[in-house]
Amino acid sequence: MPQNARPISPHLQIYRWPLTMALSILHRATGIALAVGTLLLVWVLLALANGAEAWAGARAFCGSPVGLVLLFGWSWALCFHLANGIRHLFWDAGKGFSIEQARRFSWVVVVVSFVFTGLIWACVIAQGGAK
Amino acid sequence: MSSQDFRTPLKRVRGLGSAKSGTQHFIVQRVTAVALVPLALWAIFLALALVHADYAQARAMLHHHFAAVWLSAFVIALFWHAQLGLQVVIEDYVHTPWFEVVAQLAVKFFCIAGAITSVFAIVRVALA
Repeated sequence: MPQNARPISPHLQIYRWPLTMALSILHRATGIALAVGTLLLVWVLLALANGAEAWAGARAFCGSPVGLVLLFGWSWALCFHLANGIRHLFWDAGKGFSIEQARRFSWVVVVVSFVFTGLIWACVIAQGGAK
Repeated sequence: MSSQDFRTPLKRVRGLGSAKSGTQHFIVQRVTAVALVPLALWAIFLALALVHADYAQARAMLHHHFAAVWLSAFVIALFWHAQLGLQVVIEDYVHTPWFEVVAQLAVKFFCIAGAITSVFAIVRVALA
């Protein structure tokens, strides 16, 4: 608690979230999720190196309900982090800082992330589904 | 000490120097990000090609040297980028000194171990 009666700044929960703010936090959250997701990548690669039985085990997990939920989540996280990361690179080049542009490209990132995720899983389903 | 110096006498006396290591972290994070754009897109294509691959087909795919080299580049850039990103998250949110050191070490060891293990597995399949 403050020791004196200074006015204090309201914290995050006071404000209505602009889309740009949600995307900024999601960029971190998806980054952390993807870092955890590398465990599956390492598992799959090790399984491939370790023999047919290990490979079958890793594949069975990927095709299980839990595996599919994780893969779906990670595929969207990857698409989002990739699209929003490219947006960050444009900022690093000094482009797109106006409020109007920031808002517009926020929506572009959201739409692209879902379209790309949809395309990935359309490719899976076109191959007869993941099983 | 000029009149342009806004540091307090205490700050100067402590002699802590600069906070971290200049722009190195920022630049490497961007370099790995740029590298990961094509590498990640290619990795998605590879993963989609593996959906219904049996063991022999999957190994054959990684037996191509191009695939082995690109996949190695992908995992190295991936774990490097992950380490840099997680480091900033810990710097921002973990303020207990001993726990911050432990967390930073854990992230570094995890990412280095992940990269080495992945490359080892890739090379083992590629050279089999």
